[in-house]
Amino acid sequence: MAAYIVRRLVWVIFLLFVVTLITFVVFTVLPAVDPALLRAGRQPTPQLIESIREALGLDEPAPIQFINYLGQILPFVGGDGVNFGYSYQSNTEVLPQILDRMPTTLFLTGGAVVLWLAIGIPIGMVSAVRTGSLLDRVLMGGALVAISAPVYFLGLVALYLFDDSIGRFPLLPGSGAYQQATSIFGKAEALIMPWCVLAAAFAAIYARFLRGNLIDTMQEDYIRTARAKGLSERRVTFRHGVRAAITPIVTLLGLDIGLLLGGAILTETVFNIQGIGRYAYDAIVRFDLPVVQGTVLFGAFFIVIMSLIVDILYAFVDPRVRY
Amino acid sequence: MSDNVMEVRDLVKHFPIRQGLLQRQVGAVRAVDGVSFEVRRGETLGLVGESGCGKSTTARLMLRLMAPTSGSVRFEDEEIATAKGARLKALRREMQMIFQDPYSSLNPRKTVGTIISEPFAIHGLKKAEGERKRTVRDLMDRVGLNPEHYNRYPHEFSGGQRQRIGVARALALKPKVIVADEPVSALDVSIQAQILNLLRELQREMGITLIFIAHDLSVVRHMCDRVAVMYLGKIVELASSDELYAHPRMPYTGALMSAVPVPQPRLAAAKKRQILAGDVPSPSNPPPACRFHTRCWKAQEICRQEDPPLEPKEGGNIAACHFPLTDAEVIERVPTARIA
Amino acid sequence: MPPLLEVEDLRVHFETEDGLVKAVDGISYTVDRGETLGIVGESGSGKSVSSLSVMGLTRARNAHISGSVRFEGRDLLGASEEDLRQVRGNDIAMIFQDPLSSLHPFYKVGKQIVEAIQAHRDVSKAQAYDRAVEMLGLVGIPEPRRRADSYPHEFSGGMRQRAMIAMALANDPKLLIADEPTTALDVTVQAQILDLIETLQSEFDTAVVVITHDLGVVAEMADEIAVMYAGRIVEHGKSDTVFNAPEHPYTWGLLSSIPRMDAPRGDALVPISGRPPSLINLPGGCSFHPRCPYVRDAHRRVDPMLETVEGAPDHRVACLLDSGTRRRLWSELQQGVAPDVARKDVIEEPLS
Repeated sequence: MAAYIVRRLVWVIFLLFVVTLITFVVFTVLPAVDPALLRAGRQPTPQLIESIREALGLDEPAPIQFINYLGQILPFVGGDGVNFGYSYQSNTEVLPQILDRMPTTLFLTGGAVVLWLAIGIPIGMVSAVRTGSLLDRVLMGGALVAISAPVYFLGLVALYLFDDSIGRFPLLPGSGAYQQATSIFGKAEALIMPWCVLAAAFAAIYARFLRGNLIDTMQEDYIRTARAKGLSERRVTFRHGVRAAITPIVTLLGLDIGLLLGGAILTETVFNIQGIGRYAYDAIVRFDLPVVQGTVLFGAFFIVIMSLIVDILYAFVDPRVRY
Repeated sequence: MSDNVMEVRDLVKHFPIRQGLLQRQVGAVRAVDGVSFEVRRGETLGLVGESGCGKSTTARLMLRLMAPTSGSVRFEDEEIATAKGARLKALRREMQMIFQDPYSSLNPRKTVGTIISEPFAIHGLKKAEGERKRTVRDLMDRVGLNPEHYNRYPHEFSGGQRQRIGVARALALKPKVIVADEPVSALDVSIQAQILNLLRELQREMGITLIFIAHDLSVVRHMCDRVAVMYLGKIVELASSDELYAHPRMPYTGALMSAVPVPQPRLAAAKKRQILAGDVPSPSNPPPACRFHTRCWKAQEICRQEDPPLEPKEGGNIAACHFPLTDAEVIERVPTARIA
Repeated sequence: MPPLLEVEDLRVHFETEDGLVKAVDGISYTVDRGETLGIVGESGSGKSVSSLSVMGLTRARNAHISGSVRFEGRDLLGASEEDLRQVRGNDIAMIFQDPLSSLHPFYKVGKQIVEAIQAHRDVSKAQAYDRAVEMLGLVGIPEPRRRADSYPHEFSGGMRQRAMIAMALANDPKLLIADEPTTALDVTVQAQILDLIETLQSEFDTAVVVITHDLGVVAEMADEIAVMYAGRIVEHGKSDTVFNAPEHPYTWGLLSSIPRMDAPRGDALVPISGRPPSLINLPGGCSFHPRCPYVRDAHRRVDPMLETVEGAPDHRVACLLDSGTRRRLWSELQQGVAPDVARKDVIEEPLS
């Protein structure tokens, strides 16, 4: 197991390197506004632009810029500690900005995860146990709607209906409320709609997946054996059926969490939540390379690490898997 | 043209087991561990053994579906163990295989006609207009399928019929050697006989050399002229069917025969069955010297020290054993043996 | 003293999209304490479904089950799920063909046996575990305490089947149903398992129903044999009778088509022509008639009943040919007369 983890970690580092390279290449190759121009303010002189370019290291050839960047972000290389660069737009240091927004993204993701598991899994189980019934059909139909409706659509509908200032049934704090809230409870209240909107599609996907998997699992031979032992149907379904059917969900969940920790861009935009996703989106639109590189790296890191964690967890969940 | 269409010498196939940070090889599954025998032209040779004995791997090595770790495989006096590329492709026309599972060995997306004519397509044969189709329909008829079903898909056929499709495909190029890997194990009892009879008929008619792999000793006895018994990657006994079933010499062979349940209650009641203790050891860690010594009731010290050579024993059987079964022991333990 | 298990005119029909599948179409048999009944048949004969139905494991919305199944005098077919659960794994136990897929891959073997015990006995976990270890030792698994702490995939095929047997017998059932218990095993391991079942059976006086397609296995194990075809029993008698004096063409076909270690090597295999029938569209009249070498006109219209053979009260056959003709045909087969030749003979005879 230890050897396996070490090998995977080496792979993680390699992947992150590749991600950084690709992001860098994309932004270098795309025609974009000269960042020095952005910094220079109004009616800059050519000398000013030139000196800014020099300061930003933009006069060096691209490969050198890349190596410089790598040197900055690696912790023990260079004398500066870890530095993800400075935003072209605002000149603020990127890493602290990301870390600042981390709690928000974590809160948003965490709440959504809890919600979609709490809804999706029971629905999946009920549907599987009562396959073909009216209830099953209604639930799966609803799931289809939830998957089909894009997050921004659901978000806007939610705001339209429930926003406490403009909504039809003013109930919940709406767009921008997260920033204004001061207490944990206030923040949580502001996240209720975003959580629901974000969780909807995931809950539906998990429900459908679990339903299919549980139906298949209940056809297995060991279920027949469990019944032949005289166990109650409830025990057979949960201890034997669900226990086996739920294992792929561990993998799914890990990857989804990894994805969301990189920022739920659409949700954050609709509800005006200053998470990493929002930060990344703003930077992309403005070709703010250092910020984009930083957020992409962060996102990639989470995905890759969660994937490793999930694979390790899988060995605990399924005793047949051995590293 | 020599008597032997194929010859195998000291054939070895080890599958490496890798572990650790750098995936170093820590051991190997010794699937085939030094196997030598000849296959005579036109005969039916049986390869018998239980799971893990290496019979399927041996057959695949003979057909060059994999490369051996070491050893020689000769086909028509030509070394093919290292054959590659065009030579290997040409060899495929002379050696074919029939697989065990008729449900998974046929491509479900291709029609029966396509499946059987594929060998011609691959080797660029019978390109004349309609010639391929005619040949395929003839083949279908020969194996007992209705040629009208040329355009049907595998799922429209029963297990026995699918196996016939597999046979037709194997026969298409008129190969010299066909390996049948457990061709009837997945079929119902009443269908097995149909396929076995078909194989016998076709073999006699077309003069094909048949290598028949099975775990069912009664089927092997019926079909094969000579039989090789394998255990943990080695041949432990090689004899003609008559010799083997009349007087097996290797205690393992005796145990195998003794274990086969015979459909005759009177025999079942009478015999003192030879029940082997324990399970088959792992091929990644076979016992030293004689591999069977851990389960053999005749085992003595020498069996743990010295690997018995494969050599002729009383009655003509070639066996690898220090204490082969005597006639008396055979009569006592194998009720179906008939000592001449 | 009523028989331990009494099955009477059991029918199990399934409604499917393609039609009504008559998996089991009227079978009757009894099993007494300590006895072994062998049910022989190929795929589609209904042998597995009939035994699963005894335990109520085929109940479903699309299943129509009728007839009667009585265990120790109690009706099982009409019993509630709750009552049936008390019987399953307790009075009647079942073992299946593939022990790797029949044991839950995520739970240790000891735990699975404990579960079987605690479902029916009011004992502590520790007591149940001790009993589980005891059972594993009883079935010949070395170091049972250590083995109980292992997962099914860590066992070899033979040991897994032993573990299944241990689990089935943990509550001392009066009847054990073994559905193809050795089909997935190597032949030497098969011998061990059959031996084990026989030993345990005589030790605990358990009745056994062995379901298999392997005639050799039933010859070894069974006192009585029922041959099933297309959902019905076509021949039923003592083991010796069915093997040495069978009176149904299907049984003859089975016996002639398998290669046997006890027959001369050169003997040809005589296959049964055709294929097992579809259970949705059974042939009219005698369901075996399309494949029977001795078929006559009447057989295409009349459905034979399982009837006692004269002079042999324990021997029942479902065939329209009369007993004398059948005996003659069998002795001719024994002498090596091919069915085709015999067939010509029969058709020439005047209809009785």
